[in-house]
Amino acid sequence: MTAELIHRLHFAFTITFHYLFPQLTMGLGLLIVVLKSVALKTGGGQWDRAARFWGRIFAINFVFGVVTGIPMEFEFGTNWARFSRLSGGVIGQPLAMEGVFSFFLESAFLGLFLYGEKRISKLMHWFSAVMVFVGSWISGFFIIVTDAWMQHPVAYDRLPNGQFQVLSFWQLLLNPWGLLQYAHNMTGAVVTGSFVMAAVGAFYLLEGRLQSYGRIFLKVGVIAGVIASILIIFPTGDLHGKYVARNQPAAMAGMEGLFKTEAGAGVVLVGQPNEETGQIDNPIVVNDALSFLIYGTTKAEVTGLDQIPRDQWPTALPLLYYAYHIMAGLGTWFAVLMIGSAFLLWRKRLYTARWALWALLLSFPLPYIANTAGWLTAELGRQPWLIYGLMRTSEGYSNTVSASNGLFTLLGFMGLYLLLGILFTVLIYREISSGPEPKAHAAEAVHAD
Amino acid sequence: MMGFIWFWLVAVMIVGYVVLDGFDLGVGVLHLFLVRTEAERRAALGSIGPVWDGNEVWLLAAGGTLYFAFPLLYASAFSGFYLPLMIVLWLLILRGVSLELRNHVEVGVWRALLDGVFGLASALLTIFFGAALANVLRGVPLQADGYFFLPLWTNWQPGPHPGILDWYTVIGGLVALVALTLHGALWLTIKTSGELAQRARRIVTPLWFGLVALTLASLAATITVRPVSVNNYFNYPATFIVPVGVAASLAAIWFLNRKAQPVKAFLSSCLYLFFMLSGACWGLYPTLLPATTGADRDITLTGAISGPHTLAVGLVWWGFGMVLALGYIVFVYSKFRGKVDLHAGGN
Repeated sequence: MTAELIHRLHFAFTITFHYLFPQLTMGLGLLIVVLKSVALKTGGGQWDRAARFWGRIFAINFVFGVVTGIPMEFEFGTNWARFSRLSGGVIGQPLAMEGVFSFFLESAFLGLFLYGEKRISKLMHWFSAVMVFVGSWISGFFIIVTDAWMQHPVAYDRLPNGQFQVLSFWQLLLNPWGLLQYAHNMTGAVVTGSFVMAAVGAFYLLEGRLQSYGRIFLKVGVIAGVIASILIIFPTGDLHGKYVARNQPAAMAGMEGLFKTEAGAGVVLVGQPNEETGQIDNPIVVNDALSFLIYGTTKAEVTGLDQIPRDQWPTALPLLYYAYHIMAGLGTWFAVLMIGSAFLLWRKRLYTARWALWALLLSFPLPYIANTAGWLTAELGRQPWLIYGLMRTSEGYSNTVSASNGLFTLLGFMGLYLLLGILFTVLIYREISSGPEPKAHAAEAVHAD
Repeated sequence: MMGFIWFWLVAVMIVGYVVLDGFDLGVGVLHLFLVRTEAERRAALGSIGPVWDGNEVWLLAAGGTLYFAFPLLYASAFSGFYLPLMIVLWLLILRGVSLELRNHVEVGVWRALLDGVFGLASALLTIFFGAALANVLRGVPLQADGYFFLPLWTNWQPGPHPGILDWYTVIGGLVALVALTLHGALWLTIKTSGELAQRARRIVTPLWFGLVALTLASLAATITVRPVSVNNYFNYPATFIVPVGVAASLAAIWFLNRKAQPVKAFLSSCLYLFFMLSGACWGLYPTLLPATTGADRDITLTGAISGPHTLAVGLVWWGFGMVLALGYIVFVYSKFRGKVDLHAGGN
C-alpha cells in the first residue's frame, strides 16, 4: 500500500466516523429548540421532559463528536502537510474561525444547557438551547466553506513561494459552491435528526409504553422530516447537482456513470459501471432525464467521461457512482416515507398504523448512510484533485510520514473507534430504554452537577 | 509587525489552553488518589464537568490560528511530531469520553474503569504537552525542505538527531505534570469543600517543592541544551521581568495557600503558567522551530508567515470573535461560580 493511499484512508476513515455524530447534533439541535419553544409556551411539563431527554442524547452525541473532531483539525497538518503548507493561508482561516466563532459559543452554552437548568431562568435555558443550535450550525458552515474552497477555489492568488492567499474574505465565505452545499448538507442533518426522533417515537408506541412521549416525538419528527425530506431533493439537491455538472463535469459524469457524451442523456437508476468496456452493465435507464435535470431540456448535451482526459477521471469511479446512487435512492425513500407518514399524521391515523411505525423505526439508520454516501460523492468526485484543478491529491500528503507509520495510527484509530462505537450504542440504547420520565433518572439528578 | 502580533496571539491562545484545560488535567491526575468516597469523586469531577469541553476549545482554536497564520510551521511540526500527536489525540479522546460517560454508567466496575482511564489519560497528556514544548525549545532535525520526522526515542540524548523523548524533554514533561497537578489542586480547594478541599490544600505543599526544583532544573537544562535561548533576555534586559515573575508567582502560591486564600493562590498559579510559557516563547522569538541540524534551517517567523492580506483580515475577525468568546466564558464561569453543589443538576 502506498503512503498516499494510507493517508487518504486515514482521513476518510476518521472523518466518516466523526460525521456520524455532528449530523445528529446539528439536526437534533434544531428539534430541541422546537421542543423547548413549545415547553416555554405551554408552561413545560411533558415538552420540557422531552427536551431534557433529547438533551441527554444530544450530550452523548456531542461528546463523541467533539473527541472525534479534534483529530480532523490535526490531520491537516499530520497527514496532509504539503497541502497545509500551501493552503493554510486560505483554509486555515475558516478552520480557525470555526474554533473562535462556533466552539466557544457551543461549549459555553451547552454547559449551561445541561448543567445549569436550576441556576438560570426558563427563558435563559431556552436561549441556551438556541445558542447550542446556532453554534453547531456555524461550525457546519465553516467546515463547508473549507471543503467548498477545495471543490471550487475562489478569491485566491499565489505568493512567490507557491502559497495560496485569500484575496477576498467575503468571497471566500460566500463561495456559491459552499452556500449550495451548506443548504443541502444542513437539510441532510435535519433529515437524520427527524428520522431518529420519529423512530424513537415509533419504538415507544410499538412497545406500548411512554406513549404520550412517543406521540410528541412522532409529531415533531414527522413534521420536520417531511419538510427536510422534500427540501433535500428540491431545491437544495437539485441546485447543487446542477452546479456540480457545470463546474465539475468529470465528477458528474462519474456520479451518473456517463461514459459517452450525449444529447438527451439518461439517468441510470440501477446498473454497474464497467470501466473496461465503458458501459453500464444491467442498466435500467430513464431516457433524456439527465439532460433535463441539469439543463432543463431533454435535448441538451451532457459531457461524458470520453471528453475528459483519462488522468483526470475520478480515481475511484465505481465507488463514486454507487455512493451517489445510494444517496439519491435513499433520498427518494425518505420523501415517500415522510410524505406518507405526514398524511397519516394529518388524518390522525399515524399513531395506530403499525406498519408505518415499523417503517419509521427501521428507517432510522438510512439517513446516516445517505449522509455518508453524499459526502463520499462530494469528495470522490473531486479526485484526482485535492484542490480542484490546482493541486493533485498525490502532491498533498505528508511524504515524511511513511506508509508504515500511517498504517500504525490508522489501525490505532480503528481499534479505538470500534470501542467508541460499542460504547456509544450501549449508552444511547440505555437512554432510550429508560425514557424521558424523571423517575428513571432519579439517581442521575444527584451526580449531573 | 504582523509576524510579531500573530506570534503573540498564538502564544496567548496556548497560554489560555494551558491555564484553563490545565486544571482539568490536574483534577484528572489528583482524583486518582485524592478522593476517598464516591461523593467526593463527584464533587471533584463536577468542578470541571461544565467547563472542560470549553477549555479544550482553546487547543483547537490555537491549532487553527497556528495553521492559518504560520502554515509552514503547522505543516512541518505536525507531520514531524506525527507519532506523539496521534498519541495525544487518542489520549484526548479517552479523557473526554471517560469523564463525560461515567455519569451515564451505574455499574461500579465500569465506573472504576472509566475513572482510571480518565486519570491516566490526564496524567499522560500533561507529560506529553510538557515534552512537546521541550521538543520545540530543544529543536528538531529539520531537513533542507523544512520537514522532519521524529521517532519516539533514539538514545535519549538531545543531540542533532534526538527522539521525542530524551532526558531534556522528560524534564519538560515532569514540569508540566507537577505544575498542572498543583494547578488542579488549587482549583479543587476553590471548588470543593470539607475534607476533600483540606486534602487538596495539603497536597499543594509537596507539589510546590517538587515544582520549584523542577522549574530550576528545566531552566538550567534549557540553557545547557540551547544556550542561545537567553540571548533575547540579555538584549532586552527589561524582559528579565519574566523570570522574576516566575519566582514571584511561585512564592505567592506558597504564601497564599498557607493563608488559605485559594482563589488568589489559583490565580498565582495561572500567572506562573503564563510566565513560564511566555518566557519560553520569548527565548525562541523570532525563531518558531529551531533546527538541530544547523541554524540556517531554523523555521523563523518571516519564513513561515501567511500572506499579508490574510493576516490583516484575520486580525479583524479574530479580535471580534475572541471578544465574543470571552463574553460567553465569563458568563458561564459566573453562573457556575462557588462550590460545587451536588444537588443543583438539571439533568
